[in-house]
Amino acid sequence: MSHGRYVRLLVFFLGPAIAIYTLFSVYPLAATIINSLYLKASDGSQAFVGFDNFRRLLTDTVWSDPFWNALKNNVVFFLIHMLVQNPIGLVLAALLSLPKLALRSTYRTLIFMPTMLSVVIIGFIWQLILSPLWGIAKMFLQTVGLGFLFAPWLGEESSALITVSLISVWQFVGIPMILIYTALLAIPDELVDAATVDGLNQFQTFIWVKLPLIWPTIGLVSVLTFVNNFNAFDLIYAMKGALAGPNFSTDIMGTFFYRTFFGNQLQLGDLSMGATVATMMFLIILAGLMVYLLVIQRRIQRYSF
Amino acid sequence: MRRLSSTITVHAILAAYTLLALFPIILVIMNSFKAKRAIFGEPLVPPTPTTFSLVGYDRVFGDSLVGSYYLNSILVTGGTIFFTLLFGAMAAWALTEYKFRWNTLLALFLSIGIMVPIRLGSVAIVQLVSGLNLINTLTALILVYVAQNLPLAVFILSEFIAQIPKDLREAARCDGLSEHRIFFSIVLPLIRPAMATVAVFTMIPVWNDLWFPLLLAPTGGKQTITLGIQQFLGQYITDWNAVLAALSTAIVPVLLLYVIFSRQLIRGLTSGAVK
Repeated sequence: MSHGRYVRLLVFFLGPAIAIYTLFSVYPLAATIINSLYLKASDGSQAFVGFDNFRRLLTDTVWSDPFWNALKNNVVFFLIHMLVQNPIGLVLAALLSLPKLALRSTYRTLIFMPTMLSVVIIGFIWQLILSPLWGIAKMFLQTVGLGFLFAPWLGEESSALITVSLISVWQFVGIPMILIYTALLAIPDELVDAATVDGLNQFQTFIWVKLPLIWPTIGLVSVLTFVNNFNAFDLIYAMKGALAGPNFSTDIMGTFFYRTFFGNQLQLGDLSMGATVATMMFLIILAGLMVYLLVIQRRIQRYSF
Repeated sequence: MRRLSSTITVHAILAAYTLLALFPIILVIMNSFKAKRAIFGEPLVPPTPTTFSLVGYDRVFGDSLVGSYYLNSILVTGGTIFFTLLFGAMAAWALTEYKFRWNTLLALFLSIGIMVPIRLGSVAIVQLVSGLNLINTLTALILVYVAQNLPLAVFILSEFIAQIPKDLREAARCDGLSEHRIFFSIVLPLIRPAMATVAVFTMIPVWNDLWFPLLLAPTGGKQTITLGIQQFLGQYITDWNAVLAALSTAIVPVLLLYVIFSRQLIRGLTSGAVK
């Protein structure tokens, strides 16, 4: 094939994908990072200010107070997912992968169902269930004699973030479950049989044989949780609006970014600071990915069967 | 005996969790068919002939826009799947079949999009889309979603294309078929199962997304159903019949698709995440 024809062939096959991907994914990301180094004045002119936007974001209290609040809330949001969602996912996956379990795929399909639904829908459903007006949650607590525990959790500053996080956990528990479940199924039977011959019961086999083999998957689940959590927006926006109330107690990076860029009842949209917040989120996510690639993935021994 | 009791425990835990996962969904669908008094009076009781009511659905479908929101979602999701598959398969073919200097570099370039969420570029995406005069169009959404889904599609499809026996391609070349013919009439039909996986895998997040419809097509009748329902709910927040019916209207099609495609979807999730 002549060189010219070969190049034309490559352009034909690769061109559309590379063009769309570059224009709508890579370029916006790069442009956002560049935008964060400029200050856009009200007359539309731009001035290069270096890292001054970042200095304002981190130290000027107008920006730094909401920023640190959102970051802190986002860390809490992430920790709740790590401590509740992933362990539950692990337990469910372990149970589902037990040999000769009846109804296995039925359980798997049904437990995964909430993950399929739009976060908007999930947010509203739980808002209704937890609403004191409808009283479903209250009724349940009363049946088990714990009625006094009921409070409008979503409306109180002290509990709103935890409640929203748990709703997100409820929705997304299917993802760690499926990933860990697949990893468990990939473990060869001989290993499990050998452990049984050695006198280990099913629980011991799980702890001493299977768990060490699925650490790479658990590492992957953790980094996916991290990226998704620090990029989350929909649930908070759907349940609490852009202001992430009460009193910003459910504000996370995604809602803070949206408010900064688009503005809201309290402030005008700010392109430069919006880009700065997005770049900050990019750096946070990049840091998480680096920790995963350089520390976790390197330490974990991989077994190939 | 111990075996039996442990089997029962396992089923009890799984059944309890399944119930927890399904209860809110069932509760909403069930109550959407009831009159207001019964929704509040006996929320846990299924509709009976005396409490049955469709007043909520009348309100939802009386809102003439709901139908067009559905159509928008179908067009956006369909368009995204079509172009992601077409361009993704073409790129995957070129990357696996032709060895050229930038091969590895391009693969690396594409992998940025798998790891870094495209949302972080939203500031520039909004500028770009308004610069192209595409605000409040479905085209803008399709372009962004295709860009978002392409990288993973290329990786999954490459894997499958690499498995096609070399003899098959060489034989076709000996017969004098052009490279385009080889791709469109031999390779593409062979990777149909992989394309189905990618399609299902792409479909749900695009259908459910709130962020980009909110940024790029928030008004002008170009809302997707997810955003449309969100706006509808905000408007009718005190009308419980309408709220429950709107929620059910949004849930049911997704659940139907899920039940039909759950096998491919779960396969896609796992093959995608291992990459």
